[in-house]
Amino acid sequence: MPRLNPDNLQRALDLIALYPQPRSALIPILHILQEQDGYLSEDGMNHVGELVGLEAVEVRGTASFYDMFHFEPVGRYLIAVCTNIACMLQGAYRLLEHAEERLGVAPGGTTADGMFTLEDAECLALCGNAPCLTVNWRFFGDVDPEGFDALTDDLRNGRLDDEVPPHGTLIRVRRSVGLAAAGPTDEATPQSAEVGADVDAGPAPHRSTGPAVELSTHRTTTATNVVDAAHLEGRQ
Amino acid sequence: MPVTDAPKIVTRRLRQDRSWTLESYLADGGYQGLRKALTMTPQEIHDSVNTANILGRGGAGFEAGRKWGMLRQESPVYLTINGDESEPATFKDHALIEGDPHQLIEGALICAYVIGAAQIFLYVRGEFPLALERLQAALNDAYGYGAVGHRIFGSDFSVDIVVHPGAGAYICGEETALLESLEGKRGYPRIKPPFFPAVMGLYGAPTIVNNVETVSNLPWVLLNGGDSFAALGDGRSKGTKLLALAGHVKRPGNYELEWAKVTFRDLIFDPRLGGGIRDDNNLKAIIPGGVSSPWIGPEHLDVSLSNEAIAGIGSMAGSGSVIPMDHTTCTVRAAWRIVRFFHRESCGQCTPCREGGGWLEKVLERIEAGRGREADLDLLMDICDNISPGVAWPPAQTTICVLGPSMPPSVAAGLRMFKDEYLAHVREGRCPFPPDRLPRRLARV
Repeated sequence: MPRLNPDNLQRALDLIALYPQPRSALIPILHILQEQDGYLSEDGMNHVGELVGLEAVEVRGTASFYDMFHFEPVGRYLIAVCTNIACMLQGAYRLLEHAEERLGVAPGGTTADGMFTLEDAECLALCGNAPCLTVNWRFFGDVDPEGFDALTDDLRNGRLDDEVPPHGTLIRVRRSVGLAAAGPTDEATPQSAEVGADVDAGPAPHRSTGPAVELSTHRTTTATNVVDAAHLEGRQ
Repeated sequence: MPVTDAPKIVTRRLRQDRSWTLESYLADGGYQGLRKALTMTPQEIHDSVNTANILGRGGAGFEAGRKWGMLRQESPVYLTINGDESEPATFKDHALIEGDPHQLIEGALICAYVIGAAQIFLYVRGEFPLALERLQAALNDAYGYGAVGHRIFGSDFSVDIVVHPGAGAYICGEETALLESLEGKRGYPRIKPPFFPAVMGLYGAPTIVNNVETVSNLPWVLLNGGDSFAALGDGRSKGTKLLALAGHVKRPGNYELEWAKVTFRDLIFDPRLGGGIRDDNNLKAIIPGGVSSPWIGPEHLDVSLSNEAIAGIGSMAGSGSVIPMDHTTCTVRAAWRIVRFFHRESCGQCTPCREGGGWLEKVLERIEAGRGREADLDLLMDICDNISPGVAWPPAQTTICVLGPSMPPSVAAGLRMFKDEYLAHVREGRCPFPPDRLPRRLARV
């Protein structure tokens, strides 16, 4: 299996340069590795260990602590249905059961076509829009069974490609400046100034239930309207 | 009505169009707090923050100014902002980071100026890609604007900021676990003493760890003065508080309200706030401050939402998450789900938490499934007592951190308030609430 490709290797080196100690860059680099391969491969983790000065076992030992990292390939879309208390009170387990039936997999399972992996997640901090789920950690709130079906149809047909990029929590995050406090130097700054185009459009989708959520940035799909997650004061 | 008159300190920009951009922030006085700070001495600002008496907004409620004052005088000093929000039903920091990232950056810079930080780390929960994107984009813009980096706004103050993603671990919200995680390790809470990262934190250096909402107050405090902040609220609970209302209410959401001036009844029933219980059902119980807090009953509806008042009835304001549950709620299932969460998130270092959590979950699961025994009620209390001796509040601790002692409150409060309901499960051999079963399949922990 592959090591970090040249672009991602450069991203990793840029990250290491940001921290007083290289090991601090471990988790961000593992996110990049997972973004590249879809999961953390042995070779990939060995490569990351070389970069930050750790043995393979230390890399794996650290990575295995964190729920977001996978050690086996997962589906193209990782659907995490929150079942914690706020969502449970609003019917999250009915939603999860529906998702299991619709996809034909139990939590932790991946559909045969490699399209979806289903997870039973802990609180995703979108409790004002319970029950909620994330797809590749992009938020969808107020999801009912019909909404779930429409959502998975849209994902299959590529209608949500803008809102839901391939998974990787840093996939649209680029730092455009290096450490600058010590003063300008000639070569210190990574100049990948490009920030993902969608940052400004910034979707955090949920079903619209009316005009009261004023900071909505609507973008209609058949599944949901896309609004800002930073909603305030009721959704009526 | 005090409910709506207080100024919105941290959320006032969130409704603006593209509130997360630098243009939007500057149009509303953005970075003026930092500019003013740079004309003052760190001590003057520290005094002002002490006057404001900003309690930490992450859950523990420790005064920010006092925390800064405990900093061991040695360089380097680091500042870390805790944006690892994962307490169930808490979603306020998530909204602040996505909606107003520049306010967070400005607040962090003011704090860094006061404590003389060599570097700032913004630790953001890994499951928040949009927050990470907007925060990094905001930071890139802030560098370009001269607000971060070398000689900020032409002053002698220089500092760098790094946006750091977590990777999915509730325990990393505990400040010493967060620092371990930031060092690239498993998120194990550190053994105390030393109790405070201000003495020994990141890389062993003195470190201040502040919550997102806490530092988001700082730009306003700089511009309006600590006195204006302290004029809001009551007692120790000064300023405004962002309350995350979820559960069985008609209008769940984040509400920024003057602290200590609003009661649970206001928050849940005021038509401008929660708007009442869904379907106009009866209120059964409230989880008042995140799922670590002991539940309270409707008889406490007129208690003020302040740190002191909630502590006075044997619970806590905690993270500011309020979860009302209506009369259709099975309290066994609710306690089971909360315990299951803590069991899943236990880091595994301490036996009472690692093992006790699993036992509590299994016993609650069999009661809920109609396979419980009457002796299970005593067994539950016995396990709780082993996790947190005395099952009192505030909880006694047998573990390195407070995750373990966060399990008993839901169980103990449930047994105290709804013992008949537990017994009905056992005697009827099924859950009396629909649907009378747990999900068919549960993910393995």
